[in-house]
Amino acid sequence: MTLYQFLYLAAAFCFIFALKWMSHPSTARRGVFSGELGMLLAVVGTLIRHEVMDYQWIVIGLIVGAAIGIPIAVLMPMTAVPQRTAISLSCGAFASALIGTAEYYKAGARPTFTTAALMVEILLGFLTTTASLMAFGKLQEILPGRPIVFKFQNFFNLGVLAVAAGIGVYNIANPGDTHLFPVYIALAMIFGVLLIIRIGGADMPTVIALLNSYSGLSSCAMGFALDNKLLIIAGALDGSSGLILSIIMCRAMNRSFSNVLFGGFGQLQAAVVGKEARPVRSASPEEAAVILGDARSVVIIPGYGMAVAQAQHKIRELHDLLTKRGVEVRFAIHPVAGRMPGHMNVLLAEADVPYDKLIEMEDINPDMGMTDVALIVGANDIVNPAAQNDPTSPIAGMPILDAFKSRTIMIIKRGMSAGFAGIDNELYYMPKTLMLFGDAKSFVASLVKEISAA
Amino acid sequence: MLSAFLGFELIRKVSPLLHTPLMAMTNAIASISVVGAILITGEQGASTLSKVLGFIAVVSASTNLVSGYLITDRMLKMFRKPEPPKK
Repeated sequence: MTLYQFLYLAAAFCFIFALKWMSHPSTARRGVFSGELGMLLAVVGTLIRHEVMDYQWIVIGLIVGAAIGIPIAVLMPMTAVPQRTAISLSCGAFASALIGTAEYYKAGARPTFTTAALMVEILLGFLTTTASLMAFGKLQEILPGRPIVFKFQNFFNLGVLAVAAGIGVYNIANPGDTHLFPVYIALAMIFGVLLIIRIGGADMPTVIALLNSYSGLSSCAMGFALDNKLLIIAGALDGSSGLILSIIMCRAMNRSFSNVLFGGFGQLQAAVVGKEARPVRSASPEEAAVILGDARSVVIIPGYGMAVAQAQHKIRELHDLLTKRGVEVRFAIHPVAGRMPGHMNVLLAEADVPYDKLIEMEDINPDMGMTDVALIVGANDIVNPAAQNDPTSPIAGMPILDAFKSRTIMIIKRGMSAGFAGIDNELYYMPKTLMLFGDAKSFVASLVKEISAA
Repeated sequence: MLSAFLGFELIRKVSPLLHTPLMAMTNAIASISVVGAILITGEQGASTLSKVLGFIAVVSASTNLVSGYLITDRMLKMFRKPEPPKK
């Protein structure tokens, strides 16, 4: 075994350990270190390969990349994590797509299998590039977040994909003919755009995980095309991790893959229009503060609204204050709360909430019946009891946080508008529910003020 | 196939608490494509086209690599240990 092969093997082991150590917060940073080491070994191993002759452009490229990457990582605010993930997926996929293109245009015959792998790599690469860019645009709110749907959309999308696949097969069968290749790239990019314009905000966690998987699979295909085992291993690790994350996300919403990709929650909007307004009970910060101060156990349920309002620091103050007064405060985290997997956890961790206070759905639900107050901050569909009671509801069967079982429910919300799924929430009209209308951040701030004054 | 299976097994164990850092991490691992980029760019007798494409690929992959690892680490630093219970 030559030296570089040995380095590759070591790098692969590092990556595997990196993922293994990511499984718990106490070892996670070791995992990052292991991943860095693996990457270093891989790069060094590649540089010393005798095929690599010309170092000039490689070194410049690495330096430029680092010069762009470091400021992004250091300066970027934590609240922009979903956007950054999307843009970085786009970068990674773009790199692998370009490599595939360069390899394709290289002169010389290659086995059919290699061409096929190249085609897969290029398709996934370009598709993920544009799809991630679109996702970035939606998360950054440059593009409208609502799903864009039109007639025969599925038919049209599949048509584009089918034509692309046809050209791919043609390219595999006729290795010498590169005429149709630019069309292939264009179709892959268009398909990426089409895939995302119909995805709405709440499906973003699933889609980002899925794109992660695609970019991994693209690397994996590149590994087959270049006959590089390290690429295959790392790509497969990446692809499967993205896939399993998206499966977790889908399960958390009780929806299938195809439903997320081709369903589009947008059409359901029409169903709620025309319902008469029903009475709700609302409360002032003073009233809410008294109830919170007298409670023995409080469960805070954050949602995307908390992220929008940047309320996590104020919520931590509330948590500290109540804890000091002997109230048991915990956070209930729904798997798809927010805009990417684990979004709420990162925000609350940024605000210094200890991670043992963040409880997963299955673990907190049995306790909800014994909870005095469920404080819902900017969440809607993930606490909607219709998912359990109403089989005709679009979210029927979706696992929810059982907020409705707690003794008092408080919901901080800007208005009565429906959530992402566009459906009404029974929870708002329950007699034990108090609606706290206002901006999440300022409302929690006034709660903190009232409680500390009391 | 083996590594895909391994990946599945490993990720299943990751607590949802760390999903975001995990994504950042796998993202950084995806920049393993820098290896392919280096191979394409540095090959002897590579055409100008593949050099240009390879160069752009090196830049975008290494951007991803550097920022991916740094951000993962930054995120994980925030997950502080729970304080020991006070007497």
